[in-house]
Amino acid sequence: MKNIKILGPGCKRCQATEDMIRAEAGKLGVDMTIEKVTDYAAMAQFGVMSTPAVVIDGKVVHAGGLPKQEDIGKWLGA
Amino acid sequence: MATRSTAPSPWRRSASAWSMGLIVTLIAWFAIYRQLQPFSNWAAAHLPIQPGTSLAEAVSFFLYDTAKVLMLLTLVVFAMGVVRTWFSPERTRAILTGRREGFGNVVAAGLGIFTPFCSCSAVPLFVGFVSAGIPLGVTFSFLIAAPMINEVALGLLFALLGWKVALTYLAFGLSIAIVAGWVIGRLHLEGWLESWVRDLRTAPVDLEAQRLSLVDRFEAGWDAVRDIVGRVWIWIIAGIAAGAFIHGYVPAELLSRIMGQGAWWSVPAAVLLGIPMYSNAAGIIPVVEALLGKGAALGTVLAFMMSVIALSLPEMIILRKVLSIRLILVFIGVVATGILAVGFLFNALFA
Repeated sequence: MKNIKILGPGCKRCQATEDMIRAEAGKLGVDMTIEKVTDYAAMAQFGVMSTPAVVIDGKVVHAGGLPKQEDIGKWLGA
Repeated sequence: MATRSTAPSPWRRSASAWSMGLIVTLIAWFAIYRQLQPFSNWAAAHLPIQPGTSLAEAVSFFLYDTAKVLMLLTLVVFAMGVVRTWFSPERTRAILTGRREGFGNVVAAGLGIFTPFCSCSAVPLFVGFVSAGIPLGVTFSFLIAAPMINEVALGLLFALLGWKVALTYLAFGLSIAIVAGWVIGRLHLEGWLESWVRDLRTAPVDLEAQRLSLVDRFEAGWDAVRDIVGRVWIWIIAGIAAGAFIHGYVPAELLSRIMGQGAWWSVPAAVLLGIPMYSNAAGIIPVVEALLGKGAALGTVLAFMMSVIALSLPEMIILRKVLSIRLILVFIGVVATGILAVGFLFNALFA
């Protein structure tokens, strides 16, 4: 079970990122929980400066802009 | 089942296909661009409007400017989107960490031009800089330069008003960012940050270095076009409509009396008017172009433009999460003073 956090103030692209990850996880049949982090202090704890950012199991894998579909597949597969 | 959407189609991946496509698109771009004026005249003539009237003139100006600005914007945003793949907020922070005030302000303002920035990520960026130990003044230099001097503003100024105006805007924008940041640093206002920001110390995150191919960079440029042009076109239309109205209806003598070189009070008025107004560069530049065409003074108009872009109320509200009201007021005060100085200086120099 993967724990995925999406860091961002709730902009359009944060939602798009979440949708992309949900779709990809559904396709690959990966078990996961998605959590949205909108609190700036919590975001800063991860050291992230550009949003949306993606954290998987406590590790920052992406920051700034929409992730690429093939990257999402890699994160979920690993 | 995953092959359909995850496997990239081969032509999209190939650098030669991208290059060929770019060349063809550029040629088509220039060919269309040269025909814009005749085409918009033709289109305006076929609308049910009496030719030769103010309305016809405004409509023709509107059609021509909309097409022109959108085409230029697309080109500039694509080029800058590609260039920006060599910069990132994380890398900028690494460069700025350990810089002293003074030289640090200069570097921060310079990096502000190239680092990808949007006001929605102003807070994480601010927090990231300050928590890494970058001085407050240096952080502000970056935060002032990043929204004010951007590819949209410079590209459109260059295209619509010439390289002299664009360079002037660049030079003055950089000076304001450097000096205002330095002044804020000298005031030692660290105590006026919200306390959670002050106490935060973070280790920089080490993202796995993403190796980008040329195709990745081109795709980033195209993404920037879809994102930015998709977001600002409505502002552009609004700005051009306002510009077309000024072009067709506002009498030149009235405007040059209000915004001309003779009226010293027009510069502070322009700055004050600009603070609550919020638009981005793409929306304000068509207005600037129309105002200049009617005899407004360049210093006054540039001051107005800088005030609208650099001092925006929505951004202040976002920054309120990390800055106290007092610090925001100091920020507005220092930047507004800088813009005033630029406006007066410019009107005096080109009188």
